[in-house]
Amino acid sequence: MAKNLFVSAICAGIAAGLLASVLQFTFVIPLLLEGELYETGARVHFGADGSPQSDRGAPSLGGDWARHSMTVAFNIVTYTGYGLLLAAMISFAALKGITTSARQGLIWGLCGYIAVQLAPAFGLPPELPGTIAAEVGQRQLWWISTILASAVGLGLIAFGRSYLPVAGVILMAIPHLLGAPHLDTFFGVAPPELAAEFAALSLGAAAAGWVMLGYVVAATLKRLES
Amino acid sequence: MTTQSKAIAASVPATAGITLAFITGLALLMASGYAQATALHDAAHDGRHAMAFPCH
Repeated sequence: MAKNLFVSAICAGIAAGLLASVLQFTFVIPLLLEGELYETGARVHFGADGSPQSDRGAPSLGGDWARHSMTVAFNIVTYTGYGLLLAAMISFAALKGITTSARQGLIWGLCGYIAVQLAPAFGLPPELPGTIAAEVGQRQLWWISTILASAVGLGLIAFGRSYLPVAGVILMAIPHLLGAPHLDTFFGVAPPELAAEFAALSLGAAAAGWVMLGYVVAATLKRLES
Repeated sequence: MTTQSKAIAASVPATAGITLAFITGLALLMASGYAQATALHDAAHDGRHAMAFPCH
């Protein structure tokens, strides 16, 4: 039982981590490197002459293979971690008589994406390097609380009887009604367009990774059981 | 042994396996996303930004 969970989570973590890495290196990391140009002051957007203009264009990925291979390893470890949680929850549901096909695994993955990526990003969007934000401890607390509230809320919506799905919706809304920790001032040094593109592309890459994760976890669990 | 008690006997190791997988998953995520140690932070930096972990 435990072995099946670990095997499926590792397979899914590798598949999702590699897919997310390909998407990140194609779409996300170039913007991250471009953001670092503004973080370090190599490029200036809001110049002393008052001109909010700067050239568009990301630096090449360069030859820093140690850094980039750590990013791939981080993706695989992180998605394997999420895969273990997903495999545990799918198996727990199975004990309660709720079976999950490989295709239903897509929906589990999508819900994982909503709980772990989209809901927290609703309050704390993915940040370009150099973004000045509220104290990290406060943000981590809001972030983890939002993930928990969203995961439980989605569970109530999916499996709750009677009025429980309504309670799930309310639970999902609470962190956003309370509000994420933000500063009273904007400090951004990078072009707003760059930050917006970065946030949208990060979320898109994560969506693909999570859907892959849910599918492979459910498909391998199904195969190992039979 | 009745069918029901067999099912219960089978579900005890199942629950233990599920708990073990869940805790291991949380430990992996603590290390990759949450820990503020400098070495871990530097290694995970780009991935954390791309995955929207509250990083620094």
